[in-house]
Amino acid sequence: MSKSPNLFIPVAGGIALVLGVAYGVTSRGYGSDEIATLETRVQQAATQASSAAEKAAAEAARALELEQVVAEIQAAAATRVAGGSFVEPVPDRDDRYGLGRPAMEQEIAAWDVDVLPDGRGLPVGSGDVWTGEEVFVDQCAACHGDFAEGVDNWPVLAGGFDTLANEDPVKTVGSYWPYLSTVWDYVHRSMPFGAAGTLTADETYAITAYILYSNYLVEDDFVLSNETFADVEMPNADGFIIDDRPEAEYAEWSGEPCMENCKDEVEITMRSVFLVETPPEGGSESVMNPATIEGLPSFTAAGPSFVTEAAVQAEEEAAAPAVQEVAAVDDAAALIEAGEKVFRKCSACHDIGDGAKNKVGPHLTGIMGRTMGAVDGFKYSNGFVDANAEGKVWTAESMAAFLEKPKDFMKGTRMAFAGLRKEEDVTAINAYLASFGD
Amino acid sequence: MTTENKGKGTSRRSFLTGAAAMGAGAVTATVAKGAGPDPLITEKQAWAMATGDGVDATPYGLPIRFESDVVRRNVEWLTADTISSINFTPIHALDGTITPQGCAFERHHSGAIELAKEDYRLMINGLVDTPLVFSYADLERFPRVTRTYFCECAANTGMEWAGAQLNGAQFTHGMIHNMEYTGVTLRTLLEEAGLGAAGDLADKWVYVEGADASSNGRSIPMEKALDDVLVAFKANGEALRKEHGYPVRLVVPGWEGNMWVKWLRRIEVTDMAVEGREETSKYTDVLEDGTARKWTWVMDAKSVITSPSPQSPMGHGPGPLVISGLAWSGHGQITRVDVSKDGGITWETARLGKQGDTKALTRFYLDTEWDGSDMLLQSRAIDETGYVQPTKEQLREKRGENSVYHNNCIQTWYVNAQGIAENVEVS
Repeated sequence: MSKSPNLFIPVAGGIALVLGVAYGVTSRGYGSDEIATLETRVQQAATQASSAAEKAAAEAARALELEQVVAEIQAAAATRVAGGSFVEPVPDRDDRYGLGRPAMEQEIAAWDVDVLPDGRGLPVGSGDVWTGEEVFVDQCAACHGDFAEGVDNWPVLAGGFDTLANEDPVKTVGSYWPYLSTVWDYVHRSMPFGAAGTLTADETYAITAYILYSNYLVEDDFVLSNETFADVEMPNADGFIIDDRPEAEYAEWSGEPCMENCKDEVEITMRSVFLVETPPEGGSESVMNPATIEGLPSFTAAGPSFVTEAAVQAEEEAAAPAVQEVAAVDDAAALIEAGEKVFRKCSACHDIGDGAKNKVGPHLTGIMGRTMGAVDGFKYSNGFVDANAEGKVWTAESMAAFLEKPKDFMKGTRMAFAGLRKEEDVTAINAYLASFGD
Repeated sequence: MTTENKGKGTSRRSFLTGAAAMGAGAVTATVAKGAGPDPLITEKQAWAMATGDGVDATPYGLPIRFESDVVRRNVEWLTADTISSINFTPIHALDGTITPQGCAFERHHSGAIELAKEDYRLMINGLVDTPLVFSYADLERFPRVTRTYFCECAANTGMEWAGAQLNGAQFTHGMIHNMEYTGVTLRTLLEEAGLGAAGDLADKWVYVEGADASSNGRSIPMEKALDDVLVAFKANGEALRKEHGYPVRLVVPGWEGNMWVKWLRRIEVTDMAVEGREETSKYTDVLEDGTARKWTWVMDAKSVITSPSPQSPMGHGPGPLVISGLAWSGHGQITRVDVSKDGGITWETARLGKQGDTKALTRFYLDTEWDGSDMLLQSRAIDETGYVQPTKEQLREKRGENSVYHNNCIQTWYVNAQGIAENVEVS
C-alpha cells in the first residue's frame, strides 16, 4: 500500500464523476434546466479532453526534446572518450569577473623596477668607477672579491675572456653577459645578497661602472649614467643564438630507433668520480671513488665478457708488486686534480695549457723550471725584470714562497692575489703547474 | 603506547661505499627457503599483542621512521651557500608518478621565504587595459583547474656533461618533481586585466617575478602564457609548501624549472624580453665554439632507471626482476620507453605502468628475469613528437661539453653480479 495516497484520490474522484454523469443520463427524466446543465458539463468534458490531448502532445514533444538532449550529451561524452578526456576547459567569459582592484601608480612604481636591454626603466642618476670601487669593496667584495674575481664558489664577475670555447668557460659580465641592462637590473633589484634592493640608483650606477672597469671595458675616469648607458658595448653581445634545437637536433633524433645489434661492443669508459654517502642525519658526503675500470666486463650481443677466476688470480699475482706504483700514479693524478681546483683562484688572470695566452697575468704553460719574467709579450713589473736578469728560476720552492706571500717575495709585483694560506693548496698547485710542461 | 620492534632505521650508507655493500641486502632479501619455520610467523610478535598509536598521535602524518632515509639531500660543494642552492628528490626510492611535496627538490636563489596569504598581493601591469592587484582570496574566485606536470631544473644531470660524476639517481636526476597543481590559468588573469592595450600579441612577452629577494624574473612569450601556464596555489591537494613558493607559484608546463617563479608577485606584459640575469648569464647554453643558445625553454624527452640504481641496489639473486624508472617530455606525452641491459646493443620496450599526462612523469616497468650476470642498464624515452632521447655521445657531438643545462642523455648504470649498481659512462 502506498504511503502517499494523494496520487490515488484524484483518480478515484474522476472515476466517480464519470459514473455519476452516466447514472444521471440513463435513470432520470430531464427538464430544460437540467439539459442546459448537462450541455455545460459536456462542454466542460470536451474542453478537458482537448486540454488533456494538448498536454499529452506537449509531453511527447518534451520527451523528444529530452531524448535529443540525452543523445547530444552521449555524443559529447563519446567524443571526449575518443579524445581521452572528460575534462572541460575553463569557461569563456566575454565580460570580466570584476575581481581584484586597479593597481595604483605608486604601487606600480614600487614594484615595476625592471630595466630593459634598450635602457627603458633606468632612473636618472650616475656613478663613477672610483665611487664604484668603494661601494663594491664595502657591499660586494665579501663574496665577489675586491677585484670581482669571486671568492670560493661565489660568482666571478670579471675576466674570463676567450674562455667560452673551453670545457669550463668562465662566464663573467665581461666575457659573457650580452646586455649591460642585466647588470644594472640585477644589482639594483637583487643585490647585495641578504640586503636586496637597498642600493640607491647612483650606487648602482657606480658599482656597474666599477664592474665594467674590472673587465677593462671602460677607463678609470668613466662615469656611468642613464645618458652614457647606451654608449657601453658589451663584448659578447653577439655571442647568443635563439634556441635552434628544433632544426639542429630534433629531426635527426626522431623516428624508429635501433632495437637489436645497435653496437658491436660496449665498454665501460668511466666510473663514477664520486661515491656519495647519505648519512641518516641528512645531506650527503662525496668521497672520491678509488675504483678503476680495470677488470670490468665489456658487453657484446652475446652478453657480458667474464674474466675467469683463474685469470683474475693470475693477474692479481702478477700485478701485486705493481700496486704501490699504481697507487703512486693515482696520488699524483689526484694532486694535479686538486691543483686544478685551486687554480680556479688564478684563472681569472692566468691562462694555462696548449695555446695559452697572456691575460691580466702572463700565461703559465711550462712555468716550472723556466726563468722568472720570461714570457714573451708580457709587461712585467720591475721586480720580475730584475729577477729575469739575475737568471732566477721558478722551482717548487720559489713558487711556494711566492704563492705564500706574493708581495713579500716579489716587491712591486702587480699581482693583486693575496696568496695561498694552506700548504696543501701550494703543493697541489705546484703539481698542477708542473703538469703543463713546455 | 607505542609498539617497538627490531626494524632499523635504514641507512643505505653502506651500499654506497662499495665493498661493504655485500651483506646488507637483508632489508629487501627474499624470504629464506628451507631454513625452518619463520619465527616472525610462529612466534607471537609484540605488535600483534599490544596496541598501537591512537588517532591524532601525529596530527600531520610523516613517513614511518624506517623510511627516514628517503629524504631530499644536497651536495654541499656544488654551491657556495645553501641559501642559494639546490637539493635532490630521492627518486631512487619512490614509485608511481606523484612526488610527495615533503621530499620534492628545492631550488632557492635567496632562500625560502615565509609569506602569509594575508600579505600576499599579485600585480598585473605593463601593456594591459587595467593594471590590477589581486589578493589571495581574489584568486580563489576565478575558475580553477587541476593538472599534473613535472618541474625539472634545467641543470638536472648537468654535472654529467663531464662524464659519470655522482653515484646515485637522486644526484644525477633528482632535480625533478611531479605534482598535481590546482590554480587559475594565467590566461584567465591576463584577460581579466585586458590585453587590448598589448595590440598584436605575437611579439609580446609576459615578465614574471617573485616576492623573494632574488625575485628571479623571467620572460615568457605571450603564446606560451596564453597556452597552458598556471598560477597555482595547491599541489597534490594541499597548500604549496613554503619551499615551493607558498602561497602562489607559477607552473610553466614542460619548460625549465627556473621559469616556475615561486612566491609570484608580479606579471608584466612587455614588448620585449627583459633579458634578466636568469635568462642571460644563467640558463643559457654555451656550445662548443663558445656561442651560446638562449631561450632554450623546453625540457626535451628524458628518462632514467630509478631501480635498480646506485642507491637502490638489487636485494635478490637471479630470477624475477622489476626494472623501473621515470620518463618525461616537455613536448607532450611519453609514448614509449625502451630498456637495454647491455649498454645499448639490444633494446626491449618497457611497459608504461601509468600513462603520464602531457608534460608529466610517466612510470615504466620492464618485468624481466635476471640471469645473475653483469648488466649495463639504460632507458630511452620516446615522446609524442617521435623524438628519441639521445645518447651522451649524440649530445656532445652537437653541443660539446661546455654546457651546464639541458643534459637529457641516456644514463647508464653498471650492475654487477652482486646487484650493486654504479654510475658509469660507456663507449
